[in-house]
Amino acid sequence: MKFIAFHLMPYADLDLSYSEKYDSAWVTLPNSYYDPVKGHALYNRYLDELEFADGLGFDGIGVNEHHQNAYGLMPTPGVIAGALARRTKGSLAVLGRALPLVNNPLVIAEEFSMIDNITGGRLIAGFVRGIGAEYHSWNMNPAFSHERFGEAHDLIVRAWTETGPFHWRGKHYDFRYVNTWPRPYQQPHPPIWIPSQGSRETIVWAAAAERKYTYLQTYSPVVAVKRFLDLYREEAQKAGYTATPEQLGWMAPVFIGETDASARAEAQPHIEAFANKFLRMKTEMVRPPGYLSLASAKAVTEAKAGRGTVQTVDALIESGQFICGSAATVRDQLAAYERTLGFGNFLALLQFGTLPHDATMRNIERFAKDVIPQLRSPLAPAAIGAAR
Amino acid sequence: MTTATITAGRSMHDVEGVQVSILRGGSGTPLLFLHGSDAFGDWQPFMEALALKHDVIVPDHPGFGRSDTPAWLDTIGDLAHFYRSLIETLGLHDVVLAGHGLGGWIACELALRNPHDLRALVLVDSAGLPLIVDGVDTFMCSPDEIRTASYVDVARAPDLDDVLRGQQAKNALMTARVAWRPRFYDPQLAKWLHRLQLPTLVVWGAGDAIFPPAQAEVFAAAIPGARTLLIPNTGHLPHVEAPQAFAAGVGAFIDGVRS
Repeated sequence: MKFIAFHLMPYADLDLSYSEKYDSAWVTLPNSYYDPVKGHALYNRYLDELEFADGLGFDGIGVNEHHQNAYGLMPTPGVIAGALARRTKGSLAVLGRALPLVNNPLVIAEEFSMIDNITGGRLIAGFVRGIGAEYHSWNMNPAFSHERFGEAHDLIVRAWTETGPFHWRGKHYDFRYVNTWPRPYQQPHPPIWIPSQGSRETIVWAAAAERKYTYLQTYSPVVAVKRFLDLYREEAQKAGYTATPEQLGWMAPVFIGETDASARAEAQPHIEAFANKFLRMKTEMVRPPGYLSLASAKAVTEAKAGRGTVQTVDALIESGQFICGSAATVRDQLAAYERTLGFGNFLALLQFGTLPHDATMRNIERFAKDVIPQLRSPLAPAAIGAAR
Repeated sequence: MTTATITAGRSMHDVEGVQVSILRGGSGTPLLFLHGSDAFGDWQPFMEALALKHDVIVPDHPGFGRSDTPAWLDTIGDLAHFYRSLIETLGLHDVVLAGHGLGGWIACELALRNPHDLRALVLVDSAGLPLIVDGVDTFMCSPDEIRTASYVDVARAPDLDDVLRGQQAKNALMTARVAWRPRFYDPQLAKWLHRLQLPTLVVWGAGDAIFPPAQAEVFAAAIPGARTLLIPNTGHLPHVEAPQAFAAGVGAFIDGVRS
């Protein structure tokens, strides 16, 4: 198994009593809740945490993109990836850029190419549709999300792989001169990973024989992770091939303490803040009309059952959404999940909600020293994300 | 629902290759009513009142209610072209074209493109022009919240059976598709509404929380000669909350057009 230390870079100093006045930490929470002096410290703290993880033997570090909320402070992930590019050695996973939100997908082709060049080919390029709330924040039409995602992807891959200039004529984008400079360092292009909450259309698309992209199930109960990873494998079989573990991944928050009990006690306020304050969104905010097809809406609603209601640390551990305990417990649990779920990439969210710096650093260190070595596959392929 | 004098029914029709469900009843001058973000279930009291003098035709838009969802449907303009085709397919002449919300926007686009065979326009709490006062953001609302926001007195709302409940996600998806951005308007429309040469009545619920009633004046100012009818104690659906007052106002307007 390959391990990536993933970070959301939340506004951990959020006044959690906001929920007495506001419905959500997304879209409508006034940005007066953000203090730039604290933000300055947080950004630099988080960069330190990711650089620390990179130095301890994770296969890579991961960042992502969110807009107008306290949940994640990386509206432009390329800025963060740029800050990390020169001082890290492992894979740099941007998981990912929200293709449908931008009016010019070529800025993403350019940004990713720059990172890939600076790092000498350490970029993992993540493509996502963005959280539904971001369609409110950026006023992008969610009913065209899938169409724009597909077309933007096709445009970016062609810009990376075909000699320019060429004319792109699409439904949503038209560019007379596509001629991306710089070209990506990795050839034909960086590995493409597709994180998702479980949209059926996205899974079917990622598993298609002409793509075989690595699919990542984001923060979800284990039962849902299994269902969606199984769906990917089934689609692969239909497409005439067998999906490998390297094509599948899972992202979950993890906390390791001295003992199961102390880990649970220490993590409790921070993971409950993550679930109940930072992820607090009503259904219509997180899944605006058209964001999911009518069929997918039903499946995701089932998978995310409980989100929006108050969740306890015990319930989150019970459902497998949160992996927490002593190093031995976490190691055994991950080994068991690897066997039953069949994924080859694990993205550990080692800072979540309000978890402070010292606890995060201990968490990163314990995961790197007490979990990764025992679970790393001796027969793993040379390059993470071998699927192109 | 039928009465002794008016027989109304629902049937499927093929228009532009789309199976479209149409409620129709009454006789007289055709009155084509284009619904808002939700299709109607049964024949409504306001339809019954209008049907005393009109052949009332109420389709479920393509992509809404009982009608099919065609692959080509992206914009309000697509629906405007579709309804030109429907008018021709059904052989309608001298049509009173009425539209509520999204339907009002479609009606404006249709009439600007080609007013042939239209007698008059009735816009009811219409979309299409930028709101000068923001109302409730329905895209951020649950179906029940939208229902509550739509009426001054939600007890006047038509019953919501399982069929209609089952259509809510479909209707919301297609509403987003055609109206999310720009939010319920077309910047081009404001530039050209002054070209509209049809007698026009702008009807508004005085208590509309979704498209606040100040918007009635925006439409009235944009359309030459338009008259305004503000119906008190009604919200976003004045035709549903006060069917008799609505039908009387529309009837008086049509009579004035005739004379």
